[in-house]
Amino acid sequence: MFFRVLLQKCVVITGLLGTIGASAAEQVNIYSYRQPFLIEPILAEFSNKTGIETRVVYASKGLNERLQREGRNSPADLVLTSNTSSLMDLLNKQLTQPVKSDVLQQNIPAQFRDAAGNWFGLTTRARLIYASRDRVKPGEITRYEELVEPRWKGRICTRSGKHPYTLSLIASMIAHHGEAETKAWLKGVKANLARKPQGNDRTQVKAISEGVCDLSLGNSYYFGKMITNREQPEQVAWAKSVNLVFPNQADRGTHMFISGAALTKHAPNRDNAIKLLEFLSGAEAQYAYAEKNFEFPVRPQTPRSELINRYMGEFKEDNLSLTEIGAHVPAASRLVDEVGFDF
Amino acid sequence: MTVTALAPRANLSGLRWFFLVAGIAILVALPVLSIFWLALFPEENIWPHLLDTVLWHYVSTTLLLAFGVAVLTLVAGVGSAWLVSMCRFPARRFFEWALLLPFAVPAYVIAYVYTDLLEYAGPVQKALRGWFGWQSAREYWFPEIRSLGGAVAMLSLVFYPYVYMLARAAFLEQCGSIRAASRSLGCSPWQSFLRVSLPMARPAIAVGLSLVLMETLNDFGTVDFFAVRTLSVGIYDTWLSRGNLGGAAQIACSTLLFVVLLIALERIGRARQRHFVQSPTANRDRYRLAGWRSLAAVFFCGILLLGGFVIPLVVLAGYALGNLSGYWTDAFVEIARNSLLLSAAAALLSVLLGLLLAYGKRLQPRRPVRLLVGFSKLGYALPGAVMAIGVLIPLAGFDNAVDALLREQFGISVGLLLSGSVFAIIFAYTVRFLAVSTGAIETSLEKVTPSMDRAARALGRNSWQTLWAVHLPLVRAGLLTGGLVVFVDCMKELPATLLLRPFGFDTLATYVYQFAADEMLERSALGALLIVLVGLIPVVLLSRAIGWRRGDGVAELIESEAPAI
Repeated sequence: MFFRVLLQKCVVITGLLGTIGASAAEQVNIYSYRQPFLIEPILAEFSNKTGIETRVVYASKGLNERLQREGRNSPADLVLTSNTSSLMDLLNKQLTQPVKSDVLQQNIPAQFRDAAGNWFGLTTRARLIYASRDRVKPGEITRYEELVEPRWKGRICTRSGKHPYTLSLIASMIAHHGEAETKAWLKGVKANLARKPQGNDRTQVKAISEGVCDLSLGNSYYFGKMITNREQPEQVAWAKSVNLVFPNQADRGTHMFISGAALTKHAPNRDNAIKLLEFLSGAEAQYAYAEKNFEFPVRPQTPRSELINRYMGEFKEDNLSLTEIGAHVPAASRLVDEVGFDF
Repeated sequence: MTVTALAPRANLSGLRWFFLVAGIAILVALPVLSIFWLALFPEENIWPHLLDTVLWHYVSTTLLLAFGVAVLTLVAGVGSAWLVSMCRFPARRFFEWALLLPFAVPAYVIAYVYTDLLEYAGPVQKALRGWFGWQSAREYWFPEIRSLGGAVAMLSLVFYPYVYMLARAAFLEQCGSIRAASRSLGCSPWQSFLRVSLPMARPAIAVGLSLVLMETLNDFGTVDFFAVRTLSVGIYDTWLSRGNLGGAAQIACSTLLFVVLLIALERIGRARQRHFVQSPTANRDRYRLAGWRSLAAVFFCGILLLGGFVIPLVVLAGYALGNLSGYWTDAFVEIARNSLLLSAAAALLSVLLGLLLAYGKRLQPRRPVRLLVGFSKLGYALPGAVMAIGVLIPLAGFDNAVDALLREQFGISVGLLLSGSVFAIIFAYTVRFLAVSTGAIETSLEKVTPSMDRAARALGRNSWQTLWAVHLPLVRAGLLTGGLVVFVDCMKELPATLLLRPFGFDTLATYVYQFAADEMLERSALGALLIVLVGLIPVVLLSRAIGWRRGDGVAELIESEAPAI
C-alpha cells in the first residue's frame, strides 16, 4: 500500500516533468550520420517554412544501436544516413516503419526507395575516378576495371578499403563480376597504389595536386566542395589539378549510391517527420542539395544546378539495385581483409 | 577486553564497506559487463576469418605502437621528472610545472596540427622545397607523419605527463635520507637513481604507464587519421562494416584481457614491496648540473614542452585568432559551458567513488574486494564508442523497464529518464575515468602508514571518522591529482560524447571533431584552443599541489597536516 502511494506520487511528479517536455513546440528529432554542414541549411529552411523545430544528434557510429536500445521510448523520429549500408542495417534490425505518401512516391523514383516505404534515398552520389590533369590524358582511363593495368603502378591513391564508400563500390563489383574476379581486381588495385590507403576523398585529390599519385577514387560532390571553397582557397587549386572521369560510360554506367532517410519504428512525432521527409524530397530541398552540396537530386524534375552542369554534365548511371549492393557489403569487407588492402 | 568488545562492531563495519565497494564496482562495471554479454552472442564467428587474414597485422601493429609509446613516455616522463625534482639547472622551476602542459592537448588535435605542419603542402616541406629548389615529392625524402612512427610520436608527446606527474610526486615524497644513505654507501648519483629512487618510485610510475597504455590501446582518432591499423580499428570494422557488434565486443574483451595481464604482471613484480613515508624530509640537496649537462637537461625538457605544447598552441592560436569574431559566438560560449560543467561533475563523482573504492580496499584488503576494485577500472580500457554502447545497454534497459512498469500499473509513460540525457554522459565519463582517480588516490593512500589507522581506531574513531580526520587531509594531493586529471580527460573525451549526447547538445570536443573530420582545422581551432586553455587551469593547480613554489610540496603538505590527528 505504502509503495503504491509512493509510486503514485512519483508518477505525478514525473508526469508533470513529462508535460513540461511535451509542451515544447512542434518538432522532429533526427539521428544523423550526415555531417552538420551538409544538412543544417536545409533543415533551417524547413523550420522557417513550417515552424516545426528540428533537433539533431550527429554521430558517425552507433546511432542504430542507440535507437535499438532505446526501443519504443526513443525520441528519434528520423535517421539520416550518408550511405546505403546503414539504411539496410536499420531495416535488418527492424527499426523502421513504412511510410505511405503520394508525395514521396512521386518525388523519388522506385529504384531509390524501399518498395514497402521503409527507407528513402534523398540524393545520389557517383563514385568517380579523379585523374591528374597534367599526367593523365583524357580518355586514358575509362573503366574501374582498368585500374589494375600495370601502367598505373604506383600511381593510384584511395581512402581505406573499409570505408562505406569504398565497400559500396567493391560490393557493386561483386554484383557484376562475382567474388573471385573482384578479389583479383582488388589485389590489382592494391598493387598499383602509390601509398597505403589513408585520409578521406579530399585528401586523395590533394595528393594528386602534390604529385604523390595520378589517379584517385572519390565521390562526385567533393569536387564541388573544393572548387567553390572560399574558406580554404588552396582547395580550389587541388580541384583544378584534376579531371573528373565518370567510369564505365560505354557499358553499365558509373557506380552510384545514396544518402537517405528512414522513419523510426516508434517515431513520437510521426506526422512532422513525414512532413520533413516530403520537404527533403521536394523541389526546393532537392535543388538545394544540388546547389549547395553538389549531390545529384533523386527527384527527376529538379532543374540541374548550374555548377553541376558546368563540371559534370550528363552521364550514365549504374542502375544496380541498392538492396543488392547492400547484400554484398559484408563480402566486400571480407575481401578487403583477404587481400590486405589497407596494409 | 576492549578489543573483544570491539570485534563484532568492526566486522559489521567491514561488511558494510564490502557491500559499499561491491555496489560501486558493479554499478560502474555494468557497461563492461554489457560488452561481455554482447561478446557471448556474436552474429557470426569472426575469429577464423581474422586469424586467416588481418589479426596478426592488427596485433603486431598494436604491440609495436604500445611498445613505442611505453618506451618514449617512460624516457620522457621519468627522465624529466628526475631532472626537475632531483637536479638543479637553469629554468628548472619553470619546467617543473610547464612539463605538465602537453597533458591538456588532445591526441587527435596534436595529430591534426602536426599533419598540417609536416605534410607535403605544409609550411615545413614548402620551405625545404624553396631552399633546395625541389619541384615535387619524388625528388626528396621526408619522414611520413602519417605512419606508425608518427602515431608513436604524437601519442607519446601528449601522454608522457601521466608518467611525469606520478613519477615526480613519487620522487618528491621519497626521503632524502635514504638517498643520502645510498650515496654514503658508495653509490654514484646514477647508481643511487637506478638502485634506490627508481625502484621506490616504481608503483607510481607503473600506474602512470598503465594509464598511458590504456589510452594508447583505445585511441582511435589518431591511429585512424594516420592509417595505422591497430586492434581498435579492427573492433570498429567488425562492428560497422561487417555488422557484427558481438564480434567487435569479443575483440574489445580480448584487448581488456591484455590490459588485465599487464596490470597483473606489474602487481606480481612488486607484490612484496611496501612503501610508507615515515618522516619525509625535503629535498634540499639537489644535484647541481653544470656545463653541457645543464644544457642537455634544458634541451631535453625544452623539446618535450615545445613539441607537446608550444608548437600546437601556436598553430591553433594562429588559426583561431585569424577569425576570432567569426568563431566566438553565443553558441560557442554555450558549448564551452557544457564542457566545463560536464567535466566538473564527472570529476567530482569520480573522486568521490574513487575515494570510497580505494579506502574500502585499504580497510578490506581481501581478494574479492581487490578484484572488485580492479574490475571497476576496466571501463578505461574499452574503446570509447564501444564503451558508449555498453553504457546505453543498462541505462536504456533501466529506462524501458521503469516505463513499462508505469505503463502497466498506471497507464502513464515517462519515456527515457536517463539515456539521452547529460546523466548518460556523466555516467560514461565516470565509468571511463574512474581508473584514473582511483589509481591516484590508491597510490596516495598506500603511502599512509597503517599505524595511523590503528592509532585513530584505538582512539575510538570509526572507519568513517578515520577517513575524514586522518586520510582525507593526508591524501589531499592524490584527490586533487585524480580529480584534475579526470577533469582534463573529460574535456577531451570524444567518441562516447558523440553517441550519448542529447539533441542539439555539443561539447568542445564534438565541436572540434565536427570540423576537423572534414579537414577544416581553421574552423575547429578555437574549440581545440579552448580545450587546451581550460585544461591549463587544472594543470597549473596541479603543479602547485605537487610542489611548485611550496618548496617541496607534498612532503611539506604531509608534514604540516599529519599532526592534526
